Amino acid sequence: MAQTILKVENLHKSYGKTEVIKGVSFEVKKSETKVIIGPSGTGKSTLLRCINQLDYPDKGRVWLEDVEITKPHIDINQIRASIGFVFQSFNLFTHLTALDNVRIGPMRVREMKEEEATKIALEELRRVGLEDKIHHYPAQLSGGQQQRVSIARALAMNPKLILFDEPTSALDPELIGEVLEVMINLAKEEVTMIVVTHEMGFASSVADDIIFMDDGMILEEGPPGKIFKNPKHKRTAKFFSKITQLEGEKAK
Amino acid sequence: MGSLISIELALAFLGLGFVVGIPLAVGEVYGNKLVKNLVVLPIVEFFRSIPALVLLFLFYFGASSLNLSLSPFIAALLAMGFRSAAYQSQIFRGAIKSIDVGQMQAARSIGMSKFKAIRYIILPQALRISIPGWSNEYACVLKDTSLVYALGITELMRQGRYIVARTFGNAILVYVICALIYFIIVHFGVKLLDFLEEKYKIPGYEIKKVTTRV
Repeated sequence: MAQTILKVENLHKSYGKTEVIKGVSFEVKKSETKVIIGPSGTGKSTLLRCINQLDYPDKGRVWLEDVEITKPHIDINQIRASIGFVFQSFNLFTHLTALDNVRIGPMRVREMKEEEATKIALEELRRVGLEDKIHHYPAQLSGGQQQRVSIARALAMNPKLILFDEPTSALDPELIGEVLEVMINLAKEEVTMIVVTHEMGFASSVADDIIFMDDGMILEEGPPGKIFKNPKHKRTAKFFSKITQLEGEKAK
Repeated sequence: MGSLISIELALAFLGLGFVVGIPLAVGEVYGNKLVKNLVVLPIVEFFRSIPALVLLFLFYFGASSLNLSLSPFIAALLAMGFRSAAYQSQIFRGAIKSIDVGQMQAARSIGMSKFKAIRYIILPQALRISIPGWSNEYACVLKDTSLVYALGITELMRQGRYIVARTFGNAILVYVICALIYFIIVHFGVKLLDFLEEKYKIPGYEIKKVTTRV
């Protein structure tokens, strides 16, 4: 049995009176690609943000390997350094080149020497296919390239897992492919990932395990074959039929 | 001679204003309520609400009435430096608030502390955005150095007075020359700041020339 990297137990989160996450529990094993799907506004992104505590959960516990990271007084900066996060809107540091965006983490958080950090950054930028753009600033890159730099930025910290928050939702259809390709390669290289996405093709072909969320709860969880072919819940089936309809309309 | 002193005074006021203004701005945006309401806002409100000349007298004569003897220079530095800090803090605050929250989130997500995120991500961007507003503040502070004349510091204006008094000369001529000197100093300072703005602009973010007619 593979080692458990992340364990989430009975997580709750409210904004004011609205409860966004209503008791979510799951585990992620080493090298696993876990894909979270579901309608918009069901707390998928909030769930990711509660894992690395960009939002602090109201209730519930989270373990990274065997460390409970929801304990008070834990050094959250150190924890976040080993959890990569890829944002929907990239959020590259606008005043830094691609290279500096990737090496600033190793230099300023891991406190590596510039030389060493640069070596790592170049390696990661090569890994996402951007070795020829290292001196470009974010505003000089396409959306797809920016997202690949942000993936390299996460990789450069040598994280235990990477959280992807709808990484292709802000991209032109033409640019989605290059980002998905990078993510597919990461999955092949056994990088542990949790991916929130609406890309069903990616979910069905790359995910080891799919979580279907609706209304702040996990309705179903299982391998893609099972979830897509034989959903247990009506809600899941309805979601998929809507999506297939949409794809069908596109085909016309 | 007097113009050199004026420039030195302006640099000292702006320097203190910068060093104090940055923490004030950071405290106002990121500080907790206590810091904000008990430290930042009282300082900012105090120094922005009282005329410069009154501040100068308050510091100079106020100190001596408390049996502290401040030299005119130190009194002027505290009054005008903190006054500039109050104004500069608002320039920096505006710049910081204009930066997308995603920048801070991304910095925190790779494990930076709030302090590091502000130091390495937020301020480098905010300072660039601040330059146009700051060049305004520079011009104001430089011209307001003429007020410290009231504390007996021999800056450009007082020098002008001396020349008028000593030579029984043409007062208008002397003051026109003073005005010209101020104009030239401000002008070249603003040019220097424009140059810095251009030099440190973020590639891809420069405002493109509008080609369509509006």
